[in-house]
Amino acid sequence: MDNENGTVHMDVERICELAHFDMTSEEMSEYQDQLDRILEYVEMLRQLDLDGIEPTMYGQPVANNFREDIVVPGLTHDEVIRNAPDQANGEIKVPKVVE
Amino acid sequence: MRSDEISGMTVAAAADAMRAGKFSSEELVRAVFDAIDERDGLIGAYLTVDRDGALKEAKTADARRRAGESGDLLGIPVAMKDIFNVKNQPCTCASKILKGYIAPYDATVTAKLRTAGAVPAGRVNMDEFAMGTSTEHSAFKITHNPAALDRVPGGSSGGSAAAVAGGMALASLGTDTGGSIRQPASFCGCVGLKPSYGRVSRYGVTAFASSLDQVGPITKTVEDAAIILGAIAGADSRDQTVLDKPVPNYRAELRGASLKGLRIGVPDEYFVDGTDPEVMSLVRGAIDKCENAGAQVSRISLPHTRYAIAVYYICATAEASANLARFDGIRYGARCADAGSSLQSLYDRTRTEGFGKEVKRRIILGTYVLSSGYYDAYYSRALKARTLIRRDFEKAFSECDVIMAPVAPTPAYKLNSTVNDPLKSYLGDVFTVPANLAGICGISIPCGRTAADGLPVGLQILGPAFGETVLLRAAKACETEFGL
Repeated sequence: MDNENGTVHMDVERICELAHFDMTSEEMSEYQDQLDRILEYVEMLRQLDLDGIEPTMYGQPVANNFREDIVVPGLTHDEVIRNAPDQANGEIKVPKVVE
Repeated sequence: MRSDEISGMTVAAAADAMRAGKFSSEELVRAVFDAIDERDGLIGAYLTVDRDGALKEAKTADARRRAGESGDLLGIPVAMKDIFNVKNQPCTCASKILKGYIAPYDATVTAKLRTAGAVPAGRVNMDEFAMGTSTEHSAFKITHNPAALDRVPGGSSGGSAAAVAGGMALASLGTDTGGSIRQPASFCGCVGLKPSYGRVSRYGVTAFASSLDQVGPITKTVEDAAIILGAIAGADSRDQTVLDKPVPNYRAELRGASLKGLRIGVPDEYFVDGTDPEVMSLVRGAIDKCENAGAQVSRISLPHTRYAIAVYYICATAEASANLARFDGIRYGARCADAGSSLQSLYDRTRTEGFGKEVKRRIILGTYVLSSGYYDAYYSRALKARTLIRRDFEKAFSECDVIMAPVAPTPAYKLNSTVNDPLKSYLGDVFTVPANLAGICGISIPCGRTAADGLPVGLQILGPAFGETVLLRAAKACETEFGL
């Protein structure tokens, strides 16, 4: 966000909400200074005339790559669920999601 | 076999020795473990070593040899960066959030190494989720540079380079998103190869920035890098970004490598103020040697180089914020013990506690540049600027075969010197990120040491997309010319 004196200022609190971080105000203020400096640095991209330039999304041009739809063995239920930090009866436990 | 023999031993030499029956894979793997026991207390390259598992695989390799196999990687132990899934081994990406995670499957590169007979022997340290240039952002330990223990090994594949340079591995596998193979190779005095985007599968390699990540070897010689690339490259039905192009026998392609007539481009933008004068003079000296050996050296321009860091830290963090959204304490990894009573607080506290400072910093930046109202100003603009950087290289490679430049503006720096200044540390990537943005291949090979501190310095050679053969031949010829 650009504030009134033209410098770059990120709304860190709002972004932490979007990114699912629960930070203290001290942590956020440390990030604030660092991130604002980084944003000021990347402002240099505004100097470029980018009209009519196509974006590069990947390191190489990639088109849809099709293969035959053949069933191959995957991981078993046990192999998948083994890594869940909280589980019971082959299911993953989470806090209540519906009231 | 003695543990101190690991220091000077290459993959090619070990393969020859095993073919000649001088030692078995089991003896070789045991010698590597002895070297780790003797040396790693000071260096700190390894996170975990599954000795029983590796010895079992070494015995299998020995059995395959008795049955008539004799490939270059048969029975060769390879240290794996902690980002590769190796079935039944931990894969934490040096992050607390993946503590306890045991890989249920092999990454494609792991499977390909196994097919070739290599033994994944130990997991090595890295910057958390490959975000960093010093390995100081590991949640678990500090890794010291074997050439100077008070200095960083580089990063993010710092454990890989330190294991190889420290005489505790013949070779290692790393990943390079913005220089994470080439820079630690330069700092530790190894060879580090970043293949072209689309050359090697990323399936089973924990994603940082999917349009930039690439897997490659850190080794003692160019020949060893060629051997490993030959084993891991090629199409994969599980990663559609891998191009279905034939994989040459890269090792055989090295025969007759010469600098005579090689057209070397030297970009003005990579020789600028701010680079350590000794790095500059060692790299210039290396290029002079190439010219004296018959190469045609010419000045070229990559005019958009100065925008590369800005483009990279927008694209890479944007992709990271999406890729790392999956770590939420539900399906795998650690869950915060004090997660509160709601799903929301479970997510928020697990992520806040589980990710380290640098990872959170990058996720916040990436979330911001993708957020409503800022997408066009940052992300969209960066993708277009990325096109200009790619075009710079396309034009350059119409005039030269390879490009030569420094890998990093400095040699290995002291521990704790950049960890609190992220922008300063990001700017150190200036010579490596353009190759990732353009999808081309690059390699770092040793080109000398600084006079005062004896710190290794790497020469970076860049080749066009899927130009690994010309790149490796140039690197091999340099290695011979420099007398390494």
